[in-house]
Amino acid sequence: MTTDKQAGEPYLRIAHVIKKFAAFTALNDVSIDIDEGEFVCFLGPSGCGKTTLLRAIAGLDIQTNGRIEQGGQDISALPPSERDFGIVFQSYALFPNLTVIRNIAYGLENRKLPRAEIDKRVRELLELVGLTGQEDKYPAQLSGGQQQRVALARALATSPGLLLLDEPLSALDARVRVHLRHEIKQLQNRLGVTTIMVTHDQEEALTMADRIVVMNQGVIEQVGTPMEIYRHPATAFVADFIGKMNFVDGTVAAAGRVKLGEVELSCDTDGMASGAPVQVAVRPEDIIARGVAADEANAFEATVEDLEFLGSSLRVDLAGENLGGQRLTADLSVNLMRELALEPGHGVTVRIPAERIRLYAAGGT
Amino acid sequence: MAEAAAIAARPVRAKLSRDDIIMRGAMVVLALFLLVAIVLPLYFMLSKSFETYTYRFESIEFQVNDGDGWGETLNALTLGQALGVVTPERMVTSNGGRFQASEFFPDFSFRSPRLYRIRNAQEDAGGFMVGGGPVFHTEWVEVTSNDFRRVQIRPALSTGVDNYIAYVNTPSLFFSVYNSLFIAVTTTVIVIGLAFFYAYALTRTCMPFKMLFRVIALIPILAPSLLPAISLVYLFGNQGIIRELLMGERIYGPIGIVIGSAFWTFPHALMILVTALSISDARLYEAAVALRTSKLRTFLTITLPGAKYGLISAIFVVFTLVITDFGVPKVIGGQYNVLATDIYKQVIGQQNFQMGAVVSVVLLLPAVVAFIVDRIVQRKQVALLSARAVPLQPKPNRRVDIGMGIYCGVVAVVIVGILGMAFWASLIKFWPYNMSLSLGNYNFDVMDGGGWEAYGNSIRMALYTAVFGTMIIFSGAYLVEKGRGFEFGRGVIQFLVILPLAVPGMVLGLAYIFFFNHPGNPLNFIYGSMAILVLCTITHFYTVSHLTAATALKQMDPEFEAVSASLKAPFYRTFARITVPVCLPAILDVSIYLFVNAMTTVSAVVFLYSTDTTLASVAVLNMDDAGDIAPAAAMAMMIVYTSAGVRLLHALLTRGLQRRTQAWRTR
Ligand SMILES: Nc1ncnc2c1ncn2[C@@H]1O[C@H](COP(=O)(O)OP(=O)(O)O)[C@@H](O)[C@H]1O
Ligand SMILES: [Mg+2]
Repeated sequence: MTTDKQAGEPYLRIAHVIKKFAAFTALNDVSIDIDEGEFVCFLGPSGCGKTTLLRAIAGLDIQTNGRIEQGGQDISALPPSERDFGIVFQSYALFPNLTVIRNIAYGLENRKLPRAEIDKRVRELLELVGLTGQEDKYPAQLSGGQQQRVALARALATSPGLLLLDEPLSALDARVRVHLRHEIKQLQNRLGVTTIMVTHDQEEALTMADRIVVMNQGVIEQVGTPMEIYRHPATAFVADFIGKMNFVDGTVAAAGRVKLGEVELSCDTDGMASGAPVQVAVRPEDIIARGVAADEANAFEATVEDLEFLGSSLRVDLAGENLGGQRLTADLSVNLMRELALEPGHGVTVRIPAERIRLYAAGGT
Repeated sequence: MAEAAAIAARPVRAKLSRDDIIMRGAMVVLALFLLVAIVLPLYFMLSKSFETYTYRFESIEFQVNDGDGWGETLNALTLGQALGVVTPERMVTSNGGRFQASEFFPDFSFRSPRLYRIRNAQEDAGGFMVGGGPVFHTEWVEVTSNDFRRVQIRPALSTGVDNYIAYVNTPSLFFSVYNSLFIAVTTTVIVIGLAFFYAYALTRTCMPFKMLFRVIALIPILAPSLLPAISLVYLFGNQGIIRELLMGERIYGPIGIVIGSAFWTFPHALMILVTALSISDARLYEAAVALRTSKLRTFLTITLPGAKYGLISAIFVVFTLVITDFGVPKVIGGQYNVLATDIYKQVIGQQNFQMGAVVSVVLLLPAVVAFIVDRIVQRKQVALLSARAVPLQPKPNRRVDIGMGIYCGVVAVVIVGILGMAFWASLIKFWPYNMSLSLGNYNFDVMDGGGWEAYGNSIRMALYTAVFGTMIIFSGAYLVEKGRGFEFGRGVIQFLVILPLAVPGMVLGLAYIFFFNHPGNPLNFIYGSMAILVLCTITHFYTVSHLTAATALKQMDPEFEAVSASLKAPFYRTFARITVPVCLPAILDVSIYLFVNAMTTVSAVVFLYSTDTTLASVAVLNMDDAGDIAPAAAMAMMIVYTSAGVRLLHALLTRGLQRRTQAWRTR
């Protein structure tokens, strides 16, 4: 496909897309821009509309309202056969009665290329996905991971400008999954094909994506790099959905000050009114216990309530009067536990850096 | 953000791809096909049943001239009532009915010099015939006595429920409703009872020879329903070899109809019940054993309720098959009239098409009710099936296994006996006087009924039906199941393809007469040809074939079409390269089902064959009618041989196919 776009224009532009199934709104005003060569993950809980959005991009279930542009061209109303994409489904949808090479060659044969050229391209793809030697097997004779690679090769065979992956790894067992994550990412890097992957697995999204689109109930909660999403979750939903997060109730004490229980901490209150009830969000690994003096900023006393041994680290439940009956979970190293001689019932001084505290208006999770 | 609002407000109108356009075109063609094949014929039949032909004597007037000028004007109704020739019963007739004008003049003699005048008092009242064509105008027509004998009064067409009133008021016709219900209910009770325990033995015991019993029980499907009736004549008829068993009762009548119907509907019930009993949850039975529930209680509280939907379905299937069957009551019903034979008699015997249509509508009612109930039950059963259950493995139990083995043995012997009787009778030279064996009865060409040509026609008809039927039905199922968008069109077709299941063969056949024999129908030319037989048979067996195809298509990954579109493959390429090969077993099943049914069916085609297209099953009927019962048995056996041969071929083909595609099917 020729791209007559200007530099700086996104490759794929999704603008104000709405999708309704009868009275139910599956996508509510979704807009994202995706650059050429990017690897983007749609992440969100099951049923939030990720597949619906992917199918709208593919033209399989066209959106009710809104515009989708690819390579500068408005493709909103085009049927799938007139769009430029390759797709891999969760079920792979491999043609059961065709061998591996026939499956991969299926799209090439439609282009009426010379036989030799098709063969050459299929060999290339087999090598690319590491399936050389399996060409004459039928899908039913392959393992799940191998089937996945065939599906990938088939989708890439026609060199589409856009690769769409709908939960491509969720049908595989855990070890194969981790391995394939890596492979798909490398493949994408090498080919530079703009890729959108749908997943409900945050680890998958964090490890693979250049950018993550977090979705919930038909709307986009946040778009950002894995680091941004993890470090600066824009909403309580994102904070809760990605990684582990403590949520405790508090109130804004003054500009830049939040009070939880008896403790007052400084943090970014982002213009919230003094006295407003808030949810205070802190990641377990951001609670520091090593070498904390009681008079340091944002330091306070807590009581160890419970210890859970996780191998290389410990999950420590902190409570105490200071916290006003609420509880915080901290991830601490085993070494530190020995140094501080942590035991249930003992007190410990901890500190939470101001920039690691996030506040969300109370009421939403 | 005015631009954003503009984008959000404008609904997207999807552009149709070439595939979409072709598929929609194909769907329209399919809808037209179904319109012509089932909707319009039924509509014509229904409207026919409301057509009444009555003589409108009040608008016919006469004058007589005995050489002394024209006398007073006489009204035909007044005159006829005074004379007693016009009675309410005689007023109602059919479209071919004619009333002799001379009946109004008891002293009429065609040699008399008297002159007559006749006229219509109104223009739109049926008119009368004078020698040539009908006369509708209101001028006097003058005729001599010699010509007056050819003057006939024509009935006028009116629409209304008069036919239905006449039907209810004609005891000989209306009583058939009772007869039909009696036969259907009795047979259903017997068949369901027999088949349930047979199915139980096949699925829930470790009885020996299960495979053999299963095969034997399915044999009747290969035979036309006429065959058991013919066998019964040989067994229990006036010269039957074991007629003493009836203890003086006659086989010609309800007894014969019930036994014959039970024979050929048994496998239909059995297949449903075997399926129902196969999907039981072993855990329930383990719980029952743990709770020390008695065998009987277990049966009543677990087995029966578990098979509930299957039982209901089987009951309605058998009921519908029996009440709409024509073959058995025709051969062995004697004077015992049922709805299906009434239609035949009204249409073929009395040429009273309107009354035939009325009986058809009456016959349609129980079939439609059964159909609706069955649909509802089927929908519920799907939910039942989707629950994950542990399949039950029957455990050996000597007493039960032997008992059930004996029971199945008895049933199997009866089935084989009835079939064997027809086989034997077909080989006897001259029953019961010369019992030596001969193939003489197979020399159909020396007998009336259609001869070997009829057999050849049947084979051709069955082949066409299988080939074209499978093509149409499978493509149709594909469009409904895999089409993109166009929900409305798919919904309409989904309804239309289920419709034929509710229409009995006799009714369909008669509806085809009304529709295709209509002089204004541009398709009139297929009337009396092979094409109409094929069309009628495909339609008759459309629904079951469609459901088989749809089930196979549903099991395919729904994303094949999406992937193909992304690879820019036109849908027909994927259809040919993926869909058809993967569904080949189901396609073969459909074609064999169509072939065997086309060989054995008689009810629909009995109204539609012509002298050039007599069929084997019709030949059986006609030879039996003519008293050539041994050749009729022989022809029925020819149908059995053929169906069995084709089934065997199908089994081998499927086996070969499985071996060839084993690599990609194993999982
Ligand atoms: N064809 C459909 N008809 C009606 N509702 C649908 C259809 N497809 C999806 N939905 C609904 O839209 C919502 C989003 O579905 P989906 O996009 O598949 O979620 P996921 O994020 O798990 O991929 C779900 O609530 C689902 O029930
Ligand atoms: Mg999904």
